[in-house]
Amino acid sequence: MPVSCLETGQTLTAKVTGEVDHHAAKELMAELGRKIDAALPTRLELDLSGVSFMDSSGIAVVLRTWKRMRQLEGDLTLRGVPAQASKVLKAAGVDKLIPFAE
Amino acid sequence: MKPVNEAKLTFLSRSANEGFARTAAACFAAQLDPTLDEVNDIKTAVSEAVTNCIVHAYPDKLGTVTMRLRLFEDNTLEIVVKDSGVGIPDVEKARKPLFTTGGDDRSGMGFTIMESFMDALKVRSLSGKGTTVTMRRRISRRLQA
Repeated sequence: MPVSCLETGQTLTAKVTGEVDHHAAKELMAELGRKIDAALPTRLELDLSGVSFMDSSGIAVVLRTWKRMRQLEGDLTLRGVPAQASKVLKAAGVDKLIPFAE
Repeated sequence: MKPVNEAKLTFLSRSANEGFARTAAACFAAQLDPTLDEVNDIKTAVSEAVTNCIVHAYPDKLGTVTMRLRLFEDNTLEIVVKDSGVGIPDVEKARKPLFTTGGDDRSGMGFTIMESFMDALKVRSLSGKGTTVTMRRRISRRLQA
């Protein structure tokens, strides 16, 4: 599952593309974990604009990423969340924990 | 009510088939001319049902998953996802939001999403025999141009 990253100072922008389901989630979690551990950012912007499908496996990916950023005392923002992924994430109340930005 | 069309697919409980199953369901539903939102809801619900079979029904082995799709005259799509796996000991508990036996890889939101994205959800499970999930969604009729 491709994750492309851009580091600007203490901010890491990670762009996820493709379908985030159970089949892809494990590798995606590991990949995001590696990128975070390498950059140790104080701010992570998770760009989901390239996500063509997400199911509840994506909720676990986002929540685990959020927990990791909290351990680092950093912030997580979700960017460009497509309508389908947004509906799934909001069903679990993810928008109450993590800010959604355009 | 008699179905006006029907399709049945049987596939192995490999995670690569999650995408296959939801895409197949979306293609079958296309004959009802659903909106993009309706197609996305159906794909999401199917993905949850099939993922449950792969993660929970057959935890240590491969098994078969059957998906039956039926269309009815009133524009209702019925999707039945059936496995012959370990079964769910307490269906009521499993359907509760955030309940999971899958650790923090799983969100415990599968049944909640199936329930809220479809019009009706029925779960029947027998320990050691398997689980059958039946979901229905009525597709809105759009005015012809």
